[in-house]
Amino acid sequence: MNPGPRSNSSQHEPLLRVSGLGKQYVQRRPFSPAKIALDAFQDVSLTIFPGKTLAVVGESGAGKSSLARCIALLERPTTGTIELAGTKLAALSRKALFLIRREVQLIFQDPSSALNPRLTAGEIIAEPLLIQGEGTNSQRRARALQLMEQVGLDPAWERKRPLEFSGGQRQRLAIARALALDPHLLILDEALSNLDAANQTLILKLLAELQAARSLSFLHISHDLRLVSEFADEVAVMYQGRIVEWKSTRNLFASPEHSYTRELLASARSVESILLERSA
Amino acid sequence: MEVLLQVENLDVSYRGAGPSRHHAVQHVSFEIAAGEVLGLMGESGCGKTSIALALLGLLSEEQADVSGSIQFRGEELLSKDRSSLRAIRGAGISLVFQEPELALSPVMKIRDQVAEVIHAHNDWKWERCRADAELALARVGFSDLERISSAYPHQLSGGQRQRVVLAQALACKPALLIADEPAASLDARSQGEILALLRKLQRELHISILLISHAPEVQASLADRLMVMANGRIVEQGPFEQLYRNPAHACTRAMLRTAAPASAAEDMDFEMVT
Repeated sequence: MNPGPRSNSSQHEPLLRVSGLGKQYVQRRPFSPAKIALDAFQDVSLTIFPGKTLAVVGESGAGKSSLARCIALLERPTTGTIELAGTKLAALSRKALFLIRREVQLIFQDPSSALNPRLTAGEIIAEPLLIQGEGTNSQRRARALQLMEQVGLDPAWERKRPLEFSGGQRQRLAIARALALDPHLLILDEALSNLDAANQTLILKLLAELQAARSLSFLHISHDLRLVSEFADEVAVMYQGRIVEWKSTRNLFASPEHSYTRELLASARSVESILLERSA
Repeated sequence: MEVLLQVENLDVSYRGAGPSRHHAVQHVSFEIAAGEVLGLMGESGCGKTSIALALLGLLSEEQADVSGSIQFRGEELLSKDRSSLRAIRGAGISLVFQEPELALSPVMKIRDQVAEVIHAHNDWKWERCRADAELALARVGFSDLERISSAYPHQLSGGQRQRVVLAQALACKPALLIADEPAASLDARSQGEILALLRKLQRELHISILLISHAPEVQASLADRLMVMANGRIVEQGPFEQLYRNPAHACTRAMLRTAAPASAAEDMDFEMVT
């Protein structure tokens, strides 16, 4: 269960390779046999290398979360392929998928609804291990305590329940749970959006430390370009279900090409510039 | 300046299982002048939303104990009965939530959703409410009224949906708007638009706003004064720019990210954890 060396993922092979991915939701019109097809996203191709962070930025409704759910194997894409460390996921049997799920973990925006309020902190972190059938009770508990310490939660709080934690602490709890199975890829779906500036800074710092220590890859889904620019290696901009621009963070800021990216960059302003404009 | 809302010694405590209680808000006092924007910042779980719910009279007696005093236009809200509170909600004090997807009904056309709010507060025929709803939608800056009015929420973008929610909240011309993270789910472009719109409407209609947001940029563009909360108490309040330039409390520094040194952020964590 220890991090150990990453045998199957060399630094030069992408950990995740998504090509031509698309998801269509089909809904029945109420009280009629007619069906409506909605494309959540289309023709998305992305790669993430081990130890790197890719941010996907876009407006609510642009298809970001559907993309995250498909990559996290919570939903089957309609078209395209997902390769994780060289393995094509579509070809796998249910059992093989169950085993590979541990490699990809999700952290959601709102930890208070993502955590079971009836379980204690220790049980929440140990649950993924229990589901995957790892270790004995006492081994799982020891691992949970170790993870609490790693994410900056006092192990003495193992019997507390989610509602007894503050917002930032709950997000740490969600991170500890996501790390329990020692995944290679963490998907952060707006995982910082609910937090105040102080907690955002602290959680970012924690994520950077974890990334360095475990060679974790992050797929960070967010609507906040300014926030992701602080730590993402690359940024993909999603607009109306398609990736319209995908570049290194520095290049994106230096030479944005798509008009939507330009508008995003122009609207992200500092407190200083806002105050200056208000006093004018 | 005329005081619109005066809150004194507000306490909110929730009943837990057995004799335990959770004190969400403790000894909170503040006031909002007519036409003023008061910003409210604080970590999630510090009691911001409890204050908003208490102001709207939305905390049931079975759920929570509310004590202290909330005076709105000189009237004490805490001693009012349900029906007079219902008359104030929406017409005197209204609310905008963070998630427009959850605030709007997915099966009703936009015009009807706005008309419903007007219908609830006025003894008017439905046709008149619908006509008024179109005016309310025009006020929040929709140019293609025809399309928006007969659209369903899923046919609009996130920014457009938030404008619809704003049209609902302002339809009955309230004196106080409580905006709970009004721009948090929007991208920078739509966020800028909705904030500019809020500022414009606030001036035109001369309404007061209690702005709950953890984003320093959002507070900077709207708030006249700022109030910072931690663990259910107000730790600092004053003019926005003064708090931004000279924060007295470590919590304010961390919330506003005023080039806070890393060590200050760590102190902060320790304080909030305990």
